[in-house]
Amino acid sequence: MANTALDPHAAITTTASGVATQPLTTADGKPLVRALARSQSRARRKAFLLVLPLLAFIVITFVVPIGQMLQRSFHNDGFSANMPNISAWFAQTERGTQPDDAAWQALAADLQASAEARNIGVVGTRVNYDMPGTRSLFTSTGRKVRKGIEPPYRETLLEIDEEWADPQLWATMREVSTPYTANFYLASVDRTRDADGNIQQVDENQRVYLMLFWRTFWLSGLITALTFVLGFPIAHLLATLPMRKSNLLMILVLLPFWTSLLVRTTSWMVLLQQQGVINDILVWLGVIGGGQRLQMIYNQAGTIIAMTHILLPFMILPLYSVMRTINPSYVRAARSLGATSWTAFRRIYFPQTLPGLGAGAMLVFILAVGYYITPALVGGSSGQLISNMIAQHMTSTLNWSMAAALAALLLGAVLVLYWLYDRLVGVDNLKLG
Amino acid sequence: MLDDRHGEAFVAFEHVQKSYDGQTLVVKDLNLSIGKGEFVTMLGPSGSGKTTCLMMLAGFETATHGEIRLDGKPINQVPPHKRGIGMVFQNYALFPHMTVGENLSFPLEVRGMPRDERETRVKRALDMVQMGKFINRRPAQLSGGQQQRIALARALVFDPQLVLMDEPLGALDKQLREHMQFEIKHLHEQLGITVVYVTHDQGEALTMSDRVAVFNDGRIQQLAPPAELYERPQNSFVAGFIGENNALAGTIEQLDGEKALVRLDDGGLIDATAVNIREKGQRTTVSIRPERVEFKPEMMPHGAHTIEAQVIEVIYMGDILRARLRVAGSENFVMKMRNTIGQTHLHAGQSVRIGWHPEDARALDPV
Ligand SMILES: Nc1ncnc2c1ncn2[C@@H]1O[C@H](COP(=O)(O)OP(=O)(O)OP(=O)(O)O)[C@@H](O)[C@H]1O
Ligand SMILES: [Mg+2]
Repeated sequence: MANTALDPHAAITTTASGVATQPLTTADGKPLVRALARSQSRARRKAFLLVLPLLAFIVITFVVPIGQMLQRSFHNDGFSANMPNISAWFAQTERGTQPDDAAWQALAADLQASAEARNIGVVGTRVNYDMPGTRSLFTSTGRKVRKGIEPPYRETLLEIDEEWADPQLWATMREVSTPYTANFYLASVDRTRDADGNIQQVDENQRVYLMLFWRTFWLSGLITALTFVLGFPIAHLLATLPMRKSNLLMILVLLPFWTSLLVRTTSWMVLLQQQGVINDILVWLGVIGGGQRLQMIYNQAGTIIAMTHILLPFMILPLYSVMRTINPSYVRAARSLGATSWTAFRRIYFPQTLPGLGAGAMLVFILAVGYYITPALVGGSSGQLISNMIAQHMTSTLNWSMAAALAALLLGAVLVLYWLYDRLVGVDNLKLG
Repeated sequence: MLDDRHGEAFVAFEHVQKSYDGQTLVVKDLNLSIGKGEFVTMLGPSGSGKTTCLMMLAGFETATHGEIRLDGKPINQVPPHKRGIGMVFQNYALFPHMTVGENLSFPLEVRGMPRDERETRVKRALDMVQMGKFINRRPAQLSGGQQQRIALARALVFDPQLVLMDEPLGALDKQLREHMQFEIKHLHEQLGITVVYVTHDQGEALTMSDRVAVFNDGRIQQLAPPAELYERPQNSFVAGFIGENNALAGTIEQLDGEKALVRLDDGGLIDATAVNIREKGQRTTVSIRPERVEFKPEMMPHGAHTIEAQVIEVIYMGDILRARLRVAGSENFVMKMRNTIGQTHLHAGQSVRIGWHPEDARALDPV
């Protein structure tokens, strides 16, 4: 029996064969491809003009500042620009060379010149980044040599401060004498260079960044998982309830967006602190004794609770928008085919929610990785994330290069995760709304 | 074969009622028994409760009152996955994230069937609907008709005794729909399964079914084989819903068993068969099929009553001629004549006297 005769749609599957090999032309003989490109280019130009303002806005307010910021992470000319002579000496000599007379002379001249130009603070700050506690050496020496400095330079400088002879100081100055450096990145992963320029771990009591990165990613993952566990049933409810009820529920979901951060923080304090509502209830119920009140704020628990709450809508909304499009007849079909409700959920419903889940998880995770305010307010010291460190470098230590390096690493890690996600799931599977 | 006694019915609805909101009954007192191997169609206008009945049978809705039995056992408490009923949905409900093969294999997997047996069964089911080549496609890569076949194969692959289909051909074009009607009917005969089919296309219902249940207003208006449904409608709704129909309003003048004489509102007298009429003087609507109306005296039984009619227009339709007549004040009376060589050709404005066999005019409840 001929299948094609029975199936009127079978014709679709036969491919067109014997297509002419020479290029197609328009009626007046021009190549079709060119004619098409010409006819579309006007429309394309118009479309480009329409998006031009947005493009300019993004370039000016986003791309340029971010680029400048990132540049700081590997480029800092605070030393090399203000100390040209000694920088030249470093460039000419090998690593580990003992400073000779020329070196001392160059150093003295540079110190005097930059003190006179009132740039000595910048120089000190730059060296201080790599070797803490040296800024004052530069500023105090600068004050004394501003009016002029007499040879013999080595002795004069040593007289001002013994520390000028420190080989570690000279090694550090050599490091910072070029404007381009990887040291901020090394510092971001708790590495430093010893006097010979070898990379090594910093002292155990100074290792913070790796631990903070690890904590940031681990907590973000945990928060993503929590928002999924809490958000999935709500999203499902939202998608299946009748319109009126689901609208009410939606308002509750969106409530965190509408309350001010301070109000929210205050209410968390009321709820979570050791003398707070939750502890009171637990004690009253006899779940815990009066002496064992739980610490749920100003530590990691506080960060987790508060961030889960804030980020929950970012999980719920994409899930909801995907679930709403899943026809209930799929689950019914599965049930009629013999699947228990659990199997129908696991094999039929859940896989169809994956695009929403992927989008939600991605949003929550990326937002969590960069979150700053909430951990700062309720995280105590054990709940601080890498962003808090970045903020600290931006605002209090004013080591912008370090902040930029940390931010760049964070960005890189997120991009790697995004790439992994694309490889494993496929970004075109995302559904944001 | 069409046995209505409880004991032998394969599917039985008994006094089933259904309400979604507690205010209105969507299904009012449904009684229906379906024999094994039968093809029963639920036909009715939109909103008449067809899908609701099917969903109760499949287990996705619970009956508010009454009992549904499958193979003699009450199934009100049996969850859907234990009923073993195959179902074809209107939108096909093919799982979009699975290939055709995985879709068909799903009901076998959840039944714990070993892999090699699954494969042979899937192949057999696909061959049955001539879709063997498409085993690795995804539903989105198939045309509507192809998806329809896969949905059919999936509902049949686990050998259910009963298959429910809710307007399975609703989304297809006319040609494909007729083709699939033939195939579904063919599969039904070949496999000996019981089919409950829902449609609001009466042509589909008449060509495919052993019996048709005409639904309206939450009740079965008539349950009968297609020919009986067409020729002997039990009430005005069925007469009007199935096929083309002329309706004449009047009053019963004489009643003698089944034979009735009806006085039309303009004074004319016609013969009719009493169907759901009880007494003289009652209002009635007489229903006559257009192809049973005669205008040549020699074609009417002796002594038949005739009434006056004016031809308004005659439409040439190839195999038939269709005349619109003015009868008893109404201009919508239709008469169909076979287009044969000897046929008398009427023309507009002509006056004729029309009549019919009394059994072709059915005196039904007033509309
Ligand atoms: N889930 C529901 N909740 C409330 N009312 C419903 C629900 N499903 C159906 N109804 C109502 O029940 C009545 C019958 O619906 P049903 O779907 O059975 O009709 P149907 O005969 O299948 O119509 P159609 O030919 O349009 O598919 C309709 O009035 C409908 O509004
Ligand atoms: Mg329906």
